[in-house]
Formats: sequence, C-alpha cells, structure tokens
Amino acid sequence: MTNMTYREAVRLAMIEEMDRDQNVFIMGEDIGKYKGTFRVTDGLFERYCQEPRDWLVEPPHPEILDGVGRRVIDTPITEPGIVGMATGAAMTGLRPIVEMMTMSFSILALDQIINHAAKIHYMTGGQISVPLVIRGPGGAANQLSAQHSHSMEGWYAHVPGLKVVAPATPNCAKGMLKAAIRDDNPVIFTENPGLYSMKGDVSDNVDEIIPFGKARIAKEGKDISLIAYSRMVNVSLAAAELLAADGIDAEVVDVRSLLPLDTETIYNSVRKTHRAVVVYEDWKSGGFGAEIAARIAQDCFDDLDAPVGRVGGLNVPMPYARVLELQCIPNEQDVLAEVRKIG
Amino acid sequence: MAKPAQKNLPASPAELISYYREMLFIRHFEEKCNLAYRTGKAGGYLHVYIGMEPLVVGWLNNIRKGHDYVITAYRDHGHALVLGSDPVATMAEIMGRSGGQSRGKGGSMHIYDVEKQFYGGWGIVGGHTALGGGLALAAKYRKEDRVTLCYLGDGAANAGVFFETLNMCGLWQLPIIFIIENNLYAMGTALERHAADPQLYKRGFPFNMKHERVDGHDLIEVLNHSKRIIDDCRENSQPYLIEAMTYRNMGHGAADNDRQLYRTKEEEDEYMKRDCIRLYEAFLESNGILSRSEMEKIDAEELDRAETVYEEADKSPFPEPDQVYTDVYTDMTPEVGH
Repeated sequence: MTNMTYREAVRLAMIEEMDRDQNVFIMGEDIGKYKGTFRVTDGLFERYCQEPRDWLVEPPHPEILDGVGRRVIDTPITEPGIVGMATGAAMTGLRPIVEMMTMSFSILALDQIINHAAKIHYMTGGQISVPLVIRGPGGAANQLSAQHSHSMEGWYAHVPGLKVVAPATPNCAKGMLKAAIRDDNPVIFTENPGLYSMKGDVSDNVDEIIPFGKARIAKEGKDISLIAYSRMVNVSLAAAELLAADGIDAEVVDVRSLLPLDTETIYNSVRKTHRAVVVYEDWKSGGFGAEIAARIAQDCFDDLDAPVGRVGGLNVPMPYARVLELQCIPNEQDVLAEVRKIG
Repeated sequence: MAKPAQKNLPASPAELISYYREMLFIRHFEEKCNLAYRTGKAGGYLHVYIGMEPLVVGWLNNIRKGHDYVITAYRDHGHALVLGSDPVATMAEIMGRSGGQSRGKGGSMHIYDVEKQFYGGWGIVGGHTALGGGLALAAKYRKEDRVTLCYLGDGAANAGVFFETLNMCGLWQLPIIFIIENNLYAMGTALERHAADPQLYKRGFPFNMKHERVDGHDLIEVLNHSKRIIDDCRENSQPYLIEAMTYRNMGHGAADNDRQLYRTKEEEDEYMKRDCIRLYEAFLESNGILSRSEMEKIDAEELDRAETVYEEADKSPFPEPDQVYTDVYTDMTPEVGH
C-alpha cells in the first residue's frame, strides 16, 4: 500500500493501464501540456509523447500540431466531437479515456453518450462493443456556480448500455478506474472535485482491480444504514461519528457502483439495522438516491422500522456565494436532521 | 444523352457490367423494401437509395473492401450490399427478423456488418460523422493505411458536431473522406432553404481539408474521381470533403407520401430523364459493352434475385422474447422486468 491522494490514484490507474495496453489512450481538453484543469493528468504528456508528432504524416502545419500527442491528445473544446471521435475509435477496439474538464460539460455530449455510445452494442446485435471511459470531476467544487457544479451520475445511471461508478476513496478510485479501462462497455467514471486532495492507502498491485457492482461497507454499525456514494460517503462517515456521540451506531454503505447496482449489500445492511437514510449530492428530486430509496422501500418493507429517509442537494441551480453554495450541498448536520426526522 | 464513345474506361468491361448489375440489384432490392413497408413486413422509418446508386457502386468499388472503414447515416442499405454484406440478412434485418445482421435489433436505419468493416447505419442527423472521425483516428493511431469513407446527407452538413469533427480531422490530418450525398433536400426542406451557403463543399475550406463538388449521377465520373481522391487520402493521410450532387427519385422515407409538398413534379420529371441507371445504360450501349437486349436480360436476372432475397428473408423467424435482454452489455444482463 502507498499513501496518496485521490488525484494521484486516478493518475496511477491511467499510467498502469497505458503501460499495460497500447490500445489505451487519453484525449480531452487541456489534458496534455496544460496537465488537466484539476492536474489529474500531470506528467502523462511527458511520459507518453516524447515524439509528439510521430503519428502524423508530414504535418502541413507543425506549429498547430505541435501540441498533439498520440497517446495523450489535446483536443479542441468541443465535447460532442471529442466523445464521438473517441467512440468511433473504441468501435475498432481501441480503449480511449475521455477526460471531461467537468462532468457538467458532458451535457453537450449527451447525444454522443446516450444516443450513440450506449446503444451501439445493442443496435449491432453484439457485433460492435465500445470500450470507452468518460471520466472527470462531477459535483460541486468551490464556488464554480451554476454551470460547472452538476452531479451527472444519476442521469447516466438511467441509461441502459452505460456503466456508472462514483468511487469515494483513493483505493477505490484506482481499482475501479482500472476496471473501467478494461471494461468492454462505455463507463462513466465520476470524481467529486472535493475528493481530489483526499489521501488514503492505495494498493500497489498493478493487477488488482475492483469490479463493478459490489458495494463497500465503509463503517459497520447496527442501528441505522447511511447509504451514499462519492464524497457523500465522507459526509455520512462524519455524520456517523456525531451519531455515535448520541449512542447511535450507524453503518455506512458506500454504493460506489450505480450501474450495475449492488442491491444485496444495501438490503443486507437495512435488514440488519432496520433503518435507512440515502445521502446524495445531486438534486434531491429525481436523483439516483430516490431510486435507491424506492428499492429499499419496496424490497425491504417488512424489515423497516421507519420510512426510508433521503438527504439530497437543494433543488436549485448552484449559487456562487460560498454561504449559499454550502447551504445547497448536504453536510453531516443535514444527515443528522434526517436521521432524527425518520425516528 | 449518350456518352461519346472511346471514353477512357475506368474499369474492365467485365467490371463495368458487374457495376451495372449492382446498381440494378440495389434498385430492385430497394423496391422490395418499399413493398415490405407497404405490406407491413417492415415498420418504423425506411429510406431507400433509389437514384443515388453510383455513390455506393462507384466509391465502394474503389476502396479496399473489408479493410477500409465505411460509415453512413440511415439511408444505408446500398452501402451494405456493395460492401458484400449478405442481402438476405440485410432484408431480414429490415424486416426485424433473427436472421438479420443485428438479429432484428437494428432495423433499416441500423445495418452493420463489422466483418465487412461497415460501421452502419445511424439515425441522428450528423451524429455519426464524429464516429467516422474516430474510425479515421483509430487508423492513424495504429499507423494503418485504412481510409474511412463517411457518408452524410446535405441536411447533416449543418450539424454542429459535423463541424467539430471536420475541425479535428483537418487539424490532425486524418485519412477520411466525407461524402455529402447532396440530394437537394433535407427531408422536405430544400437546400437553399436550409443552408446559408448551398455550396456545401466549401465547408471543407476553413478546416484545412481538400474539398470538391462532384457529379454523383454519372457512374463513370464517380469511378474516376473517387479513385483519385481515395488514393490521395490513403497515400498522404489527407482528409477530404466531397459534395456529390445527386437526387433521390423517391421520397425522403417510405412514409414521405406527398413529395409535391416540397418539390415540383416538373423538377422530378427533369431529373428522371437523367436517372443514373438510364445514363449508365446509354454509356454501356454507346461503348459497345452491352446491347439493349443484354441489359434487359440482366435487369430481369437482378429483379429475380431481389425477389428471391425477399422471399428468403421472409422465412427468417422473429427474434425470441429473451433476446430483448441480450447485447445491452458485453458481460452482464440488465435488470429484468417492468
């Protein structure tokens, strides 16, 4: 194990997989020379593009093409085109990783993601698969205001043909990104910007991957299940500490894979604690937490001693002012209030 | 209408005759598709290639079939046929049968045959052009000498993602040829009513891409310029934007039952006089390659073949209910039930 940040873990996963497989490459906006807006791809351009023009036959405008590498490709700021071109390359068996500068910008590429990448395997009757990863920061960062703060994972988890993951720890980030890159299906891999500087022990094993569809018990407990993914796992852990002071022993379930969803781990926790609160950063109404809550309510009805609680983001566009922004994002006090409310 | 004799032939007489057969077969196949739609054997949206045959017969006989990548939008039957995809499977796919290439999950708009390097078959106007760019990116990434032919309609030439793709293909000098099948109408909206500049080939200019407007009616012309362009694209990793002038003899789709809403009968009559197959027949006759009676015999044979294909496809069973869950993912089944 090595202690490193979430950012470094994501980077290490890409390096290990690019070293392992020549078919893996990364493309996106300012990921090369600029090192990525959140510096996730720092060093990759230097590592993989020593001959930045080696793949270009007689470039007619070397001054324009100087910044283009073969395995770390700086692109124009055109998300539909980027995702579409990556999808086309993936159809031939390459394994592109697209970095979204923020997942909020993937909204521009919805047609390529939902109406192309996610449909290809089905429409071709299994003739073509799309080993594509779209990864990047999703959720609120720090005063990026309304257009840069979306949590998109619930939108994508609605779409058959996609896989959607949202790891909460550096180790999960590394193991699940490696799984995503090796997956033959399009994967949405979301990284909450609030996690990038979080440190944790990360496996050194280059062959270790964390398969999708397996939730993780982040903290065991017996009185109530707090069910969360991505950064809300940390919020739930903080809430669990506060609840412990009140003599309530909360279990925290890290869902980490939304599609496929490991309902069994969630249900087993609820069957043990008989109470559940689902915590998610996305807008509360219609978010993925609502899906989890509905399933618990339907499938664990006889095990529940209280209605299923939900804590989500406020149903407003993200405001700029820090005080208002913090009001929108669920925190441990919001979780505590919901726990008390369901009784 | 006859072409002058002694014109430099772009192919051997035997090849020129086989191209004649291909154009006739596509036409009869497409007529059978329309029949399938009228009789309820095909549903949804269905778009035939009648009138535009030289754009597939000419271009696709000059690529390395099974090596070069081909992708198009939803008017896709002709591409599959010329690339050598099984016509019975293609008709079965159009009829939604398990014998189709996609086992009935794609339909008329979504024909794919990956063994023939045919990547479909796409329904969102302009959307597939980015995928085409990605095919060319893959070829360049692997340092292969594959060329990508990406067909699109004149309506798709206005789509934002198309311009984004042109930019990247020009920027990275990818080996791709975009062929705008300009049949003058984006569904029912005429070219001059949908494009600020109806000279669509000029859209290659700002993207550092060679660009030409070419004739799409005369197969001999198409064979000649397509060979030149494909060779240059392959040898020099040189992207092209080609605007091929053509005309669809039928409506936009099988459901377009009133073409006079957007174009006149007089215009149609004028174009029918220059129908690509009639034009090619005049060429074959004046060059002594085929006589009229020989052409009539070939036409009857190809019609017969299309009828056999139709009947064979119609014998293919519908997909089993459990097929609804397969091929969503490569390695897992989605949750079942309503």
